[in-house]
Amino acid sequence: MKRGYSFPMVFGGTVIAATLLCALLAPMILGYSDDIVMTRSMRAPGAEYWFGTDNLGRDIFVRTLSGARNSVIVGIGVAGLTLLIGTAFGLLAGYFNRLDGAIMRMMDGLMAIPGVLLAIALAAILGSGLYTVVIAIAAPEIPRTARLVRSVVLTIREMPFVAAAISVGSSTPKILLRHILPNAMPALMVQATFVCASAILTEAVLSFLGVGTSPDIPSWGNVMAGGRQFFRVAPWVILFPGIFLSIFVLAINLFGDALRERGDPMLSGRRA
Amino acid sequence: MARFLLWRLLSTVPVMLTVLVVIFLLLHLGPGDPAATLAGDNATPEQIASIRARLHLDQPLIVQFAIYLRQVLSFDLGVSVFSNRPVTTLILQRAEPTLMLATTTTLLSVIVAVPAGIYAAKRVGRFGDYVVMGLSAIAFSVPVFVLGYLLMQSFAISLRWLPVQGYRPLSAGLMACLTSLTLPTLALTCLFAALVARITRATMLDVLAQDYIRTARAKGAGRFRILIVHALKNIGVPVVTVVGTSFAALLGGVVVTESVFNIPGAGRLTVEAILTRDYPVVQGVMLVFAVILVGVNLLVDLSYTLFDPRIRHGGAR
Repeated sequence: MKRGYSFPMVFGGTVIAATLLCALLAPMILGYSDDIVMTRSMRAPGAEYWFGTDNLGRDIFVRTLSGARNSVIVGIGVAGLTLLIGTAFGLLAGYFNRLDGAIMRMMDGLMAIPGVLLAIALAAILGSGLYTVVIAIAAPEIPRTARLVRSVVLTIREMPFVAAAISVGSSTPKILLRHILPNAMPALMVQATFVCASAILTEAVLSFLGVGTSPDIPSWGNVMAGGRQFFRVAPWVILFPGIFLSIFVLAINLFGDALRERGDPMLSGRRA
Repeated sequence: MARFLLWRLLSTVPVMLTVLVVIFLLLHLGPGDPAATLAGDNATPEQIASIRARLHLDQPLIVQFAIYLRQVLSFDLGVSVFSNRPVTTLILQRAEPTLMLATTTTLLSVIVAVPAGIYAAKRVGRFGDYVVMGLSAIAFSVPVFVLGYLLMQSFAISLRWLPVQGYRPLSAGLMACLTSLTLPTLALTCLFAALVARITRATMLDVLAQDYIRTARAKGAGRFRILIVHALKNIGVPVVTVVGTSFAALLGGVVVTESVFNIPGAGRLTVEAILTRDYPVVQGVMLVFAVILVGVNLLVDLSYTLFDPRIRHGGAR
């Protein structure tokens, strides 16, 4: 097992840290100074406006930086929500044979609807707030997490230490949360990075199709959606936020990959 | 074999039932009265009342679901609120571009990604592996629509090699049709091939770690012979599985790609329907896509029996 820090891990970690910093600090430094100034609309990228301006004269550089905040919120929010609900279902399905069939068939059904389509429909119906978008994107991601947790539980619950915990009279919630769940944590952390990455992409798609967060909440997807109609004359409106989003998502994916390749330290520590 | 078939067919029933419940409940999830939601913002109370009566929205939820179930089972997906035409007709009209795009993308992806995945597995931990995995990670991280616009900007607007947007139907000739689909296919293939290459590499690594590969190596078989004769034969199941499991992502990508390239397919129909709040159409397309997805996974499972005699002889777990 590798113990050093590989390139993907360092690159991923750095980009993630930088973006988080941007997301936290951008609104403070820049304010929300993406004011509409019609006299400077559709400027090409240059010394004055690094990333150019859009049809309403808003500075794309400012909007890209402040968009990071909401995209990151969506990514982390979806990852958190998915993990919470998916883990709950996975624990129940894996530990209680009686619930297994019902829960997993439900998850199979949810998985049978293409995720993007379900997210689009949910976002359209629930409305265009930041939190409704988080819920809409999280729903299709839950089954995969539930499956993952369930598969870990199925192997762990046969281990002697679980039998030992039962025999000394530990309560079932304690066994599930204290003894079984920690064994699923490494896999869950890796899963979280992938859910976060795909959530940011899905948010962009929702905004692009017109069912994402409302235009006054800038996110990368949102800024790009604004440039859709003027793509031929002002491609930079889509290009720059697109590049930022892609690099950030790439960083998360590489970080997740590296995390997985390092193996799960918790399990290997126990095996020794 | 017959038992396996029957068991597998029956197992789709609860899945489809869940799909129907989810799609049925979608309409009731939104805030407020579903009849008002369906009627739109400018509807009069009379219009809302008529919709409520027509769609049985005044009945208890269970009764409504029973009515919906009976409708769906007789291939009736309801009527579009917007155009007043049957949803099935609308979907069938829009099916050709979507089918064509999905087919070209799947073919191109398999041709590109399966060899790339096998190559990466063979060179695992070395330069070639990093190149393939790096490219796939990048392709995986760029939103499909950004990729679409980039391709459009370079090949259609700057170089003028290909049409910018739109779709030529098959009836206009195969070449015209394929030309109009080139850019959308390329954009979608990047996403899909990245997925397929990743999973192919992972499964190939599993296969290469099997005992029979070690046996072959011990018997002195060459590296190439091991790869082609011993490993490739056993990669049929994984590759079919890969295509099957990635199919959901493909269907999702189709919705986006069709919007970027203005292709009048089923995906574009969904987006139009969502923007006009035409929920019967949205529900209809979701159901059709889910049926296709479940069908593809069923075919994938059945193809196992072709590739793997153990399953055919009742060894299914």
